[in-house]
Amino acid sequence: MSDNQKKTKQVLTGLAIPLIAIAFGFLAGAVIMLLSGNNPITGYTALIQGVIGDRYYFGETLQRMTPLIFSGLAVAFAFRTGLLNIGVEGQLIVGWLAAVYVGVAMDAPMIVHLPLAILAGAIAGGLWGFVPGILKARFQVHEVIVTIMMNYVALHVSNSIIRTYLLASGQRTDFINSSASLESDFLSSLTDFSRLHWGFFIAIAAAIFMWFYLWKTSKGFELRAVGYNKHASSYAGMNVNTNIVLSMVISGAFAGIGGAMVGLGTYQYANILPSFTNLGFDGIAVALLGASTSIGIILSAFLFGGLKEGASNMQAAAGVAPELVEIIIALIIFFVASSYLIRWIMTRLQNNKEGK
Amino acid sequence: MDILSILYTIVPAALIAATPLLFTALGGLFSERAGIVNIGLEGLMVIGAFSGILATLWFETLGMGAASPWLALLVAMVVGAVFSLFHAVASITLRADQIVSGVALNFLAVGLSVFLVREIFERGQTDYISARIFRINVPFLSDIPVLGPMFFSRIYVTTYIAFILAVIVWYVVFKTPFGLRLRSVGEHPMAADTMGIKVNRMRYIAVMLSGAFGGIGGAVFAITTAGNFAGNTIVGQGFMALAALIFGKWHPFGVMGAALFFGLAQALSISAQQIPALAQIPQVYMLILPYVLTILALAGFVGKAEGPKAIGKPYEKGSR
Repeated sequence: MSDNQKKTKQVLTGLAIPLIAIAFGFLAGAVIMLLSGNNPITGYTALIQGVIGDRYYFGETLQRMTPLIFSGLAVAFAFRTGLLNIGVEGQLIVGWLAAVYVGVAMDAPMIVHLPLAILAGAIAGGLWGFVPGILKARFQVHEVIVTIMMNYVALHVSNSIIRTYLLASGQRTDFINSSASLESDFLSSLTDFSRLHWGFFIAIAAAIFMWFYLWKTSKGFELRAVGYNKHASSYAGMNVNTNIVLSMVISGAFAGIGGAMVGLGTYQYANILPSFTNLGFDGIAVALLGASTSIGIILSAFLFGGLKEGASNMQAAAGVAPELVEIIIALIIFFVASSYLIRWIMTRLQNNKEGK
Repeated sequence: MDILSILYTIVPAALIAATPLLFTALGGLFSERAGIVNIGLEGLMVIGAFSGILATLWFETLGMGAASPWLALLVAMVVGAVFSLFHAVASITLRADQIVSGVALNFLAVGLSVFLVREIFERGQTDYISARIFRINVPFLSDIPVLGPMFFSRIYVTTYIAFILAVIVWYVVFKTPFGLRLRSVGEHPMAADTMGIKVNRMRYIAVMLSGAFGGIGGAVFAITTAGNFAGNTIVGQGFMALAALIFGKWHPFGVMGAALFFGLAQALSISAQQIPALAQIPQVYMLILPYVLTILALAGFVGKAEGPKAIGKPYEKGSR
């Protein structure tokens, strides 16, 4: 087998695993629908119609994709440096609040105001990522536990700040000034008045940025090298600790911008959160299914965003509880994470074929 | 309010808040001591709360009366153990990343339980249970001056069970051959394997124990404190149990202390407004205290927390 063939085969296996995992997830969803007395065909038809059946639904799907792309990028970026950032949720929440704060408190021309608000989100998220990064680099503390704890700190602190200083009406802050808004009448009217906003394109741009940064710059090479082998990178003269901190800060900044997209685009305000948004946790699923690649993240953000959007139509038209999509998503993560199983089945099938 | 009457409110509230944390964290102790990270404790509590409430409602209609919640705890224990098999199969047999598998378990638990609640009750929450576990005064002990009203009055039996369990877990983990094997599998699986210990079987048992205890923890919270089940019944208690496990340095008595401390922080965050000395402190400090302390403990500011050596790594026979 030539090198080229080997490479094609690798790519094919790489593609097959997520696709098989998705198929398994949907299959399990169908079984659950059958067991709970629903018709899976009606259910899935309603689900798909809830994504592409209407321009409004499609616009809302793209709107849902936007923060998912960012949280997926955040998880993936840290993962490339060998870090598991479970704290995307918290970084996203503080980014949301910081961006909205700048949006509410300042008055400036859009060309200054909007970038500044997004930057505020990035800085807040980056700070939230800095803490686990420095603790990992300096004290070898496992980042997973710290990020989980930081999520709760973010949730409670943000809620408390809104409650004490920013409360306008009910549970939310004032609306942001229009000079900081990502709202787009054009995109909205194009999609039958959905909440689709310019943030979608920023998300695509961010995905391209991550690809460029990781694969086309020397700093990105360093980050990936640290992810592959810490000791070898250290021996080659790279500063492992700096790279760990940098990776967590950038990852947090991605998450923070994701929060800014939600605050400046979808809602135009920040509110007291009764519990987590789950946007950050879904980022783990997005990054995992997308194999931590930019294009994969965009595609899997579309899948998960679509599932979440379609769920409401599935409930309305087919009477299936919308939580079914959460089950499907959880199972897809299981199957991707257990890719050992899929690989094993694939080699068995291949051996059988070759044995003939 | 004088200091004693404050203590009479706060201490029982802290004990009650600590109970589900303690059950769940003791479960997590088995799993992590055997080398399997269990981020899925939250999900296990969710499934325990769900099955505990559902079973109580079911036993009530069967006419079991006051025994219903107790039988339901057993059901929650079994369901938790079975549900944890997802994590076990993925992370032990299929060598999945243990953290990812735990995250998936949390997703699955919330999705599945709320889905079933909607299918059964046609709305987002279950009915309220009527057979509750009631608070009791311990005979004789509750008559002790000062200590009686604090520790032995108006407290659920489940709280005492949790604290007795901590002692039992300590004995099992540190004084029995089973416990030695469990720890060896988490510290150095290859050495354990060489000595003829079946590494993966031990790990399966450990994860299922964590499922059983987590199930009880969730059910205890739902039955004693919440009274019904909805998607927001368990929000973060599982992660706080995980925090207690780490802050308690993977030792049953440390975990007990940590759970008590977090329970106290929870009780204070609710009732601090009534205490003059604490009313000035914003509630948010009490809310984030357990999490901040855990971070500090991990960083070594409050004594270094170091986990079992082989934690998070799947064991493959013959690998070095």
